Amino acid sequence: MAIVIDGFVYASWIFVVALGLTLIFGVMKILNVAHGAFYSFGAYGAASLIGLYSQTGLPVAGEFVIILLSSAVIGLVLGYALERVLLRPMYGHDEVVLVLVSYAAFLMMEDVLRLIWGSDAYFAYQPFVAVGFVEIGELIVSNYDLMLVGFAITLGGAGWWLLNHSRFGHILTAVIHDREMATSFGVNVVKVFLITFILGAILGALGGAVTAPKVSVTPGMGVEVIVLAFAVVAIGGMGSITGAMIGALMVGLARAAAVHLLPEVELFAIYVVMAGVLVLRPEGLFTRVQARKI
Amino acid sequence: MWKLNSVMKTGSLAALVSLAFASAPMAQETMKVGVVGFLTGGASGPFGIPAQNAAELIIDAINNGDLPGAYATPGIGGLQVEPIYVDEAGGSTTQVTELRRLVQQQQVDAVVGYISSGSCLAVAPVAEELEVLTVLFDCGTPRIFEEASYRYVFRTAPHATMDNVGAALYAAGAMDGVNNYAGLNQNYAWGQDSWRDFSLVMQHLNPNANITKELFPKIFAGEYGAEISALLISRSDVLHSSFWGGDLESFIFQATARGLPLRLPMILTTGETVTFRLADKLPDGTIVGARGPHGVLANESELNTWFRAAYQERFGEAPTYPSYHMAQGFLGLKSAADAAAADVGGTPNTEEIIAAFEGLEFEAVGSTVKMALAGGHQAISETAYGTFRYNTDTGMPEIVDVVRYSAECVNPPEGQTSVEWLEAGMPGAICN
Repeated sequence: MAIVIDGFVYASWIFVVALGLTLIFGVMKILNVAHGAFYSFGAYGAASLIGLYSQTGLPVAGEFVIILLSSAVIGLVLGYALERVLLRPMYGHDEVVLVLVSYAAFLMMEDVLRLIWGSDAYFAYQPFVAVGFVEIGELIVSNYDLMLVGFAITLGGAGWWLLNHSRFGHILTAVIHDREMATSFGVNVVKVFLITFILGAILGALGGAVTAPKVSVTPGMGVEVIVLAFAVVAIGGMGSITGAMIGALMVGLARAAAVHLLPEVELFAIYVVMAGVLVLRPEGLFTRVQARKI
Repeated sequence: MWKLNSVMKTGSLAALVSLAFASAPMAQETMKVGVVGFLTGGASGPFGIPAQNAAELIIDAINNGDLPGAYATPGIGGLQVEPIYVDEAGGSTTQVTELRRLVQQQQVDAVVGYISSGSCLAVAPVAEELEVLTVLFDCGTPRIFEEASYRYVFRTAPHATMDNVGAALYAAGAMDGVNNYAGLNQNYAWGQDSWRDFSLVMQHLNPNANITKELFPKIFAGEYGAEISALLISRSDVLHSSFWGGDLESFIFQATARGLPLRLPMILTTGETVTFRLADKLPDGTIVGARGPHGVLANESELNTWFRAAYQERFGEAPTYPSYHMAQGFLGLKSAADAAAADVGGTPNTEEIIAAFEGLEFEAVGSTVKMALAGGHQAISETAYGTFRYNTDTGMPEIVDVVRYSAECVNPPEGQTSVEWLEAGMPGAICN
């Protein structure tokens, strides 16, 4: 029971972060290292605003609104700026160049983050503590974590609906499968790229914002999470939302099982799963060769 | 005319050369010191910044002769200190590169630094190779001098064995019957060594006690949900953790939100660093250490009174143990250099400072420090533990039920490694 609950909580957290990463890769073929910076900015933005809001004495529900709104604004601003200024001039270059550009962006954004917020930690524990916990057998589970599981499922469902049942989703699918053909049918691919990148940035910031109440928000926190997110995306298949969900679940359950049953191997349990999947399916679980999808 | 010009030029050149030589002693009136600590990353807030603040404070006081008592003479060995601050973030390889840069490009005379045990293990042999006097001020792994010996490297803070012996003695004394205990420590030298030492002492104190859970999450993991679940159902009496920095703060938030401290009290060997930062978010009843008698656990003295007041006035907050450790590093260096200067009757060189440093006993801010281990290169001191509680009347954190342990009680004797000493049941330990 504990392994399942812990696995789902961990999977939900990492799925929220990995979703934006796989979306951007699926549509734009960019392995966006700057996603870690979106995560950090989201965490800092939410932590700062929650800290200010909590001093007003207003209801805790407002802090959840802050988490959503702050990540939307941060993702919008950063995603728009990064796509227009750094990435757009690089379209058409090799994918490796785009990775390097996004890595450079990540380093610059980490420094900007320090300029804005400094080196000290920020705390935003209020919503995490306020919702309390529930006892399940011997286990005590945070309601915030359970809400996170629900939120991740909702987010995954929304992503699936957006792709399969909305006009924008159909356009995205067309761009994913054949960019040139979509262009010839009148799809404004540049605009689709911009919207996709902003969506991905918002999801990255959202990952940081939902994490902020649980942790000490410090510079460099994006570095740790981006490695995990890459592992999840690699397991599931680059660019696949379903893959990200399954990958996150595999990683979450593997880690939880290791902690409970064999703590000595916790550190590399995640990467054993990744290595195993990649040995059997080098392109990841949910990626068809020569047929990209998200 | 040509000859006259030539003579004038030669004369000017000679004058310049003599001026240059004349200015050489001027250059030696400062001692360049590399000061290394985390200025960015998760460890900067609770560790690196308080340490850097203390460095700034103590260096200014040393240069101006503002320190009280025996430290009132300006400078270190008569030389004004010129600090060069370096960020410890980036890992061991980066620190080795940075140390080489400090010595070969910046030409520092000494280095005072390093919070992470990983950094210390990496830089110690390089400092030896570069023949630069290096004072490790904070890192805790006993391995530094137990697996190698160094001439140019000193550590003015006691190592982690002291922290964990003190933690085990306090747990045994403060709690009725610790029969089951668990550990949560980071998966690298510091965490592994801390848990090893703690569990060895616990076995010595109560051979029937059981280890219920040994968890070693990755450093800077941030998310400890599964670990907390495992601890919740482990039926332990107490939890030992040497977590520090952002990891410690994140763990406390997550553990408190899930009621972990209600089931098993926590012993945090570096807990003092978060008492003021977290205040009422740190659960009452948490046993905290300060890696020596530092912060609110410091012994009263003129030096401590000055340090706390000056730090509070300059930085608007109370100093925590990383601040004390940094001050301790500089006071050790100053004591050695001043003693060497008195011996040689002038500015001492590195070899002379080393000779004075080995086996030195000096007054630090929180207690007396003896360079008693590793041929006089490793410090020991007394330590203290207490129980945290938040005083709702004053709105301030407090540490109560403080117990002090002598240096000879919690540190291994010279010539024995920590493991040898602990496995043998701490022979020769002189405890109150």
